[in-house]
Order: sequence, then C-alpha cells, then structure tokens
Amino acid sequence: MLLSDFIPLLTELFVLAMACFILVLDAFLPDERRVVSYTLSQLTLLAAALMSWSMLDNAAVVVMHGTFVSDPMAALLKTSIFLITFGAFIYSRSYLVARGIFRGEYYVLGLFAVLGMQVLVSAHSLLTIYLGLELLSLSLYALVAFNRDSAEASEAAMKYFVLGALASGMLLYGISMLYGATGSLDIGEVSAAVAAPGERSIILVFALCFIVTGLAFKFGAVPFHMWVPDVYHGAPTPVTLFIGSAPKIAAFAMAMRLLQETLGGLMADWQQMLTILAVLSMAIGNVIAIAQANIKRMLAYSTISHVGFLILGLLAGTAEGYSAAMFYAITYALMAIGGFGMIILLSRSGFEADRLDDFKGLNDRSPWFAFMMLILMFSMAGVPPTVGFYAKLSVLQAVIHVDMVWLALVAVFFSIIGAFYYLRIVKLMYFDGSETEEPLAVSADMQVAISLNGLAVLALGLFPGGLLAVCAAVFS
Amino acid sequence: MTGFPLLSALIWLPVAGGVVLLAMGAMGNTASRQTALVVSIATFLLSLQLYTGFDMTTSAMQFQEQLPWIAAINANYHLGVDGISMPLIILTTFTTVLVVIAGWEVIQNKTGQYMAAFLIMEGLMNGVFAALDAVLFYVFWEAMLVPMFLIIGIWGGPRRVYATIKFFLYTFFGSVFMLVALIYMYLESNSFSILDFHRLPLGMTEQILIFVAFLMAFAVKVPMWPVHTWLPDAHVEAPTGGSVILAAIMLKIGGYGFLRFSLPITPDASHALDWVIILMSLVAVVYIGFVALVQEDMKKLIAYSSIAHMGFVTLGIFLVFTLLDNSGGVQGAALGMEGGIIQMISHGFISGALFLCVGVLYDRLHSRQIGDYGGVANTMPVFAAFMVLFAMANSGLPGTSGFVGEFMVILASFKANPWFAFLAAGTLILGAAYSLWLVKRVLFGDVVNDNVMQLEDINRREFLVLASLAAVVLLFGIWPAPLTEVMHASVGNLLEHVSASKLPAETGLALMGAAP
Repeated sequence: MLLSDFIPLLTELFVLAMACFILVLDAFLPDERRVVSYTLSQLTLLAAALMSWSMLDNAAVVVMHGTFVSDPMAALLKTSIFLITFGAFIYSRSYLVARGIFRGEYYVLGLFAVLGMQVLVSAHSLLTIYLGLELLSLSLYALVAFNRDSAEASEAAMKYFVLGALASGMLLYGISMLYGATGSLDIGEVSAAVAAPGERSIILVFALCFIVTGLAFKFGAVPFHMWVPDVYHGAPTPVTLFIGSAPKIAAFAMAMRLLQETLGGLMADWQQMLTILAVLSMAIGNVIAIAQANIKRMLAYSTISHVGFLILGLLAGTAEGYSAAMFYAITYALMAIGGFGMIILLSRSGFEADRLDDFKGLNDRSPWFAFMMLILMFSMAGVPPTVGFYAKLSVLQAVIHVDMVWLALVAVFFSIIGAFYYLRIVKLMYFDGSETEEPLAVSADMQVAISLNGLAVLALGLFPGGLLAVCAAVFS
Repeated sequence: MTGFPLLSALIWLPVAGGVVLLAMGAMGNTASRQTALVVSIATFLLSLQLYTGFDMTTSAMQFQEQLPWIAAINANYHLGVDGISMPLIILTTFTTVLVVIAGWEVIQNKTGQYMAAFLIMEGLMNGVFAALDAVLFYVFWEAMLVPMFLIIGIWGGPRRVYATIKFFLYTFFGSVFMLVALIYMYLESNSFSILDFHRLPLGMTEQILIFVAFLMAFAVKVPMWPVHTWLPDAHVEAPTGGSVILAAIMLKIGGYGFLRFSLPITPDASHALDWVIILMSLVAVVYIGFVALVQEDMKKLIAYSSIAHMGFVTLGIFLVFTLLDNSGGVQGAALGMEGGIIQMISHGFISGALFLCVGVLYDRLHSRQIGDYGGVANTMPVFAAFMVLFAMANSGLPGTSGFVGEFMVILASFKANPWFAFLAAGTLILGAAYSLWLVKRVLFGDVVNDNVMQLEDINRREFLVLASLAAVVLLFGIWPAPLTEVMHASVGNLLEHVSASKLPAETGLALMGAAP
C-alpha cells in the first residue's frame, strides 16, 4: 500500500483521529470547561467540510483493495453531512446546557456517527457498507439513550435498537445471498455478475428483497416505518434533530451504492418495489401526520412522507432522478434541522415545547422566529419561493421524464394533503393567541443559527441554480 | 430592450417596501402606514410609465427583461408585458394604493405586518402578470397565496381560520396539477419559456390533458362554478382590504391564465372542450345570480355577484371558437375576448368599490347583515350616492364601465348563438335585481334602528378612496377607448394563435378551414 492510497481517506482519518482525541481530552476536562470539546468538534466538522469540498472535482478513485471509493458524489454528500451536523450541534448546545447534560459524549458519539456516514457514503464493498451502517447505527442508539435519567428515551433507544438490529440482519442476509450468488463482495464485481446476460437466478431476486427491506427500514419508508415516530418522540430533541437530518443523506448514499451501483441490473425489479414504498410512504405519512398533536411525532410522519418523495427520484433510475433525489435529501436535511431547531428554541429547562399548542401565538411573542418557522413550514409543504419547491419540482420532473406521469399525479395529490398540517402550524403561530406570557429566552448562537437556517431555505428557494447544478454535475 | 428595468422595479419595489415594514415592526403604526402609502404610490406612478411607454401597434412582448436564473432546468428570469397583462398590472398598483388608504385607521392590530403583507402581495401579483417563464410564473403564483393566507387568517372575521385554510388548499389543489403540465411541456420543449410553449406542437390527447390541468388551476382561481365555494367564505371572513384584492385582482389571475396559457398552448383542446367552459360560465351567470339574490350578508352577496360576473369573462373568452366557426371572423371573435378582458378590469374596480362600501358600513356598525341596516341614506347621504353608483355599475348601467364589457360579451354571444345571448342578457336583469334590492334594503326607506341613526357620513379618507374609484368607473364607461386600444394588437395576435391548429397537418385541416 502506498501513501497516496490514504489521500482519498483524508477526511475519514481526520474525523476518526479528532473523535478519539476529543474522547480522551473530554475525560480530563472539568465540567465548566466542557465547551472545549464542543468547540473542537465543531472545528473538526468545519475543517472536514472544507477538505471534502475541495475533493469535489476529483475523478473517482477506488482504494484500500477495492473497498473504498472517493468520487464526486461522496465528496458532495460528505460536505453536506458535515455542514448539517455542524448545524445540529449548534442547536444542541443550549438545550444540553440548560438541562445539565452538556457532556462530551454527545459530541463524540455524534462524530462517530458522522464517521459511520462517511464510510457508508464512500463504500465500494458490501462489507464496507455494513461496517459504516453499523458504526452509524450504534452511535445513534447510544445517542438516543444518552439522557440516562429519562425513561422515555431509554424506551425509545430500546425500540430503535431492536428494530434497527432486525433491519441490519435483513440487510446482512441479503448481502450474504449476493455473495453466495456472485462469489464477491466488491460492488464492481457483483454489479458485473448481476448485469451479465443469461438466466437470472432466483437467489438474486431474494437478495434484492432483503436488501430493499433493510434499506426501507433505515429510510423509515412505509411499511417499515414503525420505529420512526416512537424514536423521534422519545429521543431528546437534539438527538431527534440529528437522527432526522444527516442520516437521511447517508441513507440516500446507501441506496445509491446498493441499488444503482450494485444491483443496477435488477432495476426493473427494484423499481417496482420502490414504487410501492414511495406511494405508501407518501400516503400514510401525510395522512397520519394530520392526526398528531405532538410536533415531534408530526415531523416524524412528515419525514416518512418526504422519504416517499425522495424514493420517487431514486426509482426513476436516471441520472436526472438520482440528482433530484440527492437535492431532495440535502435540502430536506436542511429543513429538518430548522424544524426541530425551532422546538429546541421554544423549549426551556423543564419544559419541552413539543406539543403543537406550544406554537400558539408565536407571532406575538417573536415575529422574527415565527417568520423563520413560516418559511420552514412552507418549504416542507413545497410552496415557492422556498427550496422545498425545487426539491419537489426536480423529483417530479425526473418521474415525468420516464413516463410515469401517474406517479407524479399521486405525489402532488398527497402533497396537497400534506400542506394541511404544515398550514396548521402556521395557523397556530399567526392566528391563535399565546398560552403563555413567558418571554423567549434564546441564546445568541441559537438565534443566529435559526435565522441563517431559515434564510438559507429562502435564499436557496430564490436562487436554487447553484446547488441544482452541483447535484446534476455529480451524476454526469 | 435595455434601460431601466421597469417591470423588475414594479415587482421588487413593493416587496422591498414590505420587507422594510416587517423589519421596522416596532416603529409604530403611523410610520408603517406612511411608509406603505409612499411605497404604493411610488409603485403606482412607476406603473403609469408602462402605459405611456407602451407601443400599441405591436403584439410583441414589451419592456422585456431576461437574465439567466436556474441553468440546470433552463429557467430564466424573463419578464415582459403585452396589451393583456399591462392593464392588469396598472389595476394592481392602483388597487393597492386604495387598499392601503382604506386600511388606514381601521387596522390597529399589527399594522406594520398588515401593510407589509399587501405590499409584498402587490409585488408578487405584478410578477404573475409579467412573468414570461413558466417556473417564474408558478413561483409568483404560489407565493401569492402565502400573504393572502395570512391576511385572511390574522385580520379576518370569526370563521377566518376555516376560510383561509379552505382558500389555500383549494388553490393549492388546482395549481399542483398545472405544475405537472408545465413540467411535461418543459420535457417536450426543453425550455420553460411561455412563448416557446405557445409554439410547441402537441397532439390532441396531450393537449386535452394539459388543458384539463390548466382548467383545474384557473377555474379554481376565477372561480368558476362548481369550484367556487371557497370564494364566499374567503370574502366574508377577509378584512376589507383582503376582499378588495381578492375580488379586484386575484380572480383576474384565473382569467389571465386562460388567455396566456390555455388558449395559445392548447388551441385544439380549447376548441374541442369550449362547450364545457361555456356551460360552466352560463351556469355561473344564471345560477349564481339567483344565489346572490337570496343572500342576507352583504359581502356574500357581492362575492356571489363576483362569481357571476367572472362567468361573463370566461364566456367571452371561450366564445371565440364558435365565433370563428360561425364565420364571424377575427373581428367578431375579438369582440368577445376584448369584452371579457374589459369586464375583468371593470369588475376589478366595481367589486373593489362595493367591498369598500361594505367595509365603510362594517367599520361603523360591525355587522354585515343586510337586516341590520335600512335608511342609511338618511344619515350618510354622500356615502349613499357612491354606493348607488357602484351598484348601478355592477348591474351594467350604460355610462359605467360595467356596461361596456357586458355589452360586448352579449353582442358577441348573440353572434355565436342567440340562446347564449338570451341566457347571458337575462343575468343583466338578475344583476340589476340583486344590486338594486341590496341598495333598497340598506340605503333607502326609513331609519330602522338607533345604530343607523347615529351613523356618521364618510370622512375625507373614505371619500378620496370611493371618489377615485367612481371617477375611474365613469371614465371607462364613457370612454373605454384607452383600454381597447391597448389590447387590440395583442388580442388579434392571440386570436391568430388560437385559430391555427397545433395538430399534425392531416387532422388539423378540418379545423384550419374555419380560420380566416
């Protein structure tokens, strides 16, 4: 192995080293100096984002004996994962401080989860995919249970762990079948074997079923969505925020590596499976979200419906569709951290603003934050001029381009239903009177973060060209 | 065209004004009102330059601006106006000034946000009329819903939440299907330019599907029977300014959509399905006229009368095919279409004025029920004079702008089919009935109760608003030429577009025979 083999792994090695360093350092820090771990984690993320952004134009290279690939898609996805996590960490700080659980573990586990996502995004072997996925999942399980004294969180962590382990098992079983059928774990070789002309063995289709099931679990697509609302609800809000954002980008990468790159030869089969997943996710997610009184659960069901939309882009099976799904994943993560960030913003120590009613009269209490939430909600509903509209537009365009107009009509139909519950939040903020006189106490970093987040959603909605072009360039 | 980007200024000046108002929220109500007034008047004055600089001899788009916007999907920031959209922009800027003045003392709660919402909406509506790129159009079209949603929801009446959510979802429902159609055409033509869409050849099945998608969007907006039910709710619950903007401009956007999208993009489908629209329009004109007659709520009555009047607009627009077939030729067809457009603009003034009249009464007694009034003319003579004028205009009295459009449409429908004319003209009677009966019950007779006895006549601010509308209604009633001249070339061009089939040659021949 040459030294140059390590260059493409630079960000992974950097994040790994920093995570270990912060872990050790944190053990020696007194409680009042905890902010050092936080700052170091944030600097790590920013530096890593810069590094991976600089790799965006590099050609694809496979290193580490064919297990790791560094290509433009990986560079772009990693950059967005770093930046989204950066935002998630900002939101988490004041929440954790106010509750006396501002510990280094949150950030170390978060960084390990990021490392897992990086490995997943850059996987070029089925084993690497599994490795990355497990590193990500285990960190997330621990994060959910991170507030040890909360019974709710422990319950959520348990559910998440059991169902997540089941899903990993499914995926692993599918991978083992692929190995049995093709004799390789290398994505390139498996792909060539699958695409080879001739009789298609039934075992490949079985493998595909298990892999799609595992994927759907990780995405939270219907009918494998049961864990999503419970985990979102039970986990501490900063953890929900994290789970609901960056891992969706990683899940998109996993789907690309497994379905498009590995099982591209079975596209006709997985297209049908994904169609069912997408339609069910949009239908169930949007309809059940209406019945929720807890905003974390509502956003959980909204995530499910967004995943349905994202899968629409994937199942188009064209470069246009993949870049649309990628745009969707990145922008959705941006909206999700903003939406959960607002819950954190309204919460105080000993009070979780996770009921819908807690948003009542926000316009009277703070017009600016109400306006930010308004932008985020209309963006999730897909109303221009916000970025959510272009995400939907590009996905619809990809789907119509492959002559599945009916699917586009189904999608827009459910997005009308979806608009209702986002509008209800706006209604609560603007049309109803506040239940509390308590003034909003928001730390400065939080104010800046939520404002930038909301304005970014608006600015990307006014000028979506840049990001759209980058996403399209990755697949050309 | 180079030089001053007039259309961009008309869009972004009010939006910027609105943002400033939001930013200085705590500056106090008077400052917000004054800023809003200055911005709206400046925008209005700017928009007059559209008229003075307008070249009436050409049907080409004028004041064009084109900048690259989203390269990935080939969408451009492309603006321009022709004789159809230019008057609508001036209508928008004019009405916004009046709305700002009308809300002067009435809105005490969150004044800054109220004025900001109207200014931002003005910019977005100008954008809808000026956009020549489908993505840009759609962005303005949808974004426009947001301020209106808030206006009805925050400053509206008791059932405002129900009304505003119904309004939003109804319009959203219509427009998403239009989005699918726009994307489809983009994939066919590889461009989002509306002018490219006009030239795009399309087969009959495609045209019909696209036509239906457009119909869903525009019929909800107009609104046409049977998708009109959001309008009475929205109008009744909206604050006066909201009702005025809804009636005067937002409804026109539906009619404008038919002219800019449905007819030129899908001429053959429009031809094949024109009977559907004509039928829906006639039902609106006759049936909704009867519904208006029995309303007890003044705003509801005017809302229903709006639906009936908009029925005239769609009738006039879609009569063109029958007229072209009946050898009425382009001249006769132009009559119906121009009548429809004039009706749109005139209805903007008249319905806006009537809603302002109701607003004047509502501000005093906080009731919109006809039964709570009676004999108002005794205590408010000046107001009564205005209201009678607008009610007369609403029923199409010659000398007012209401007459011009209706008369042109009826004349055109007579050429198309005397029965259409019979039905349409019948509504003049209905229109007169509900308008005059409203006037009779509210204004005339003896003073019915103490509340009415204590009414004060309109103040200078209200007088200014109503008088300027009255002047415009009379001006265009007596001398409609400025309006018709402006749109003549564009309407002629549109008709040529419409009469040329887009179908492949062999199937298109039969239809071509009718064209001049």
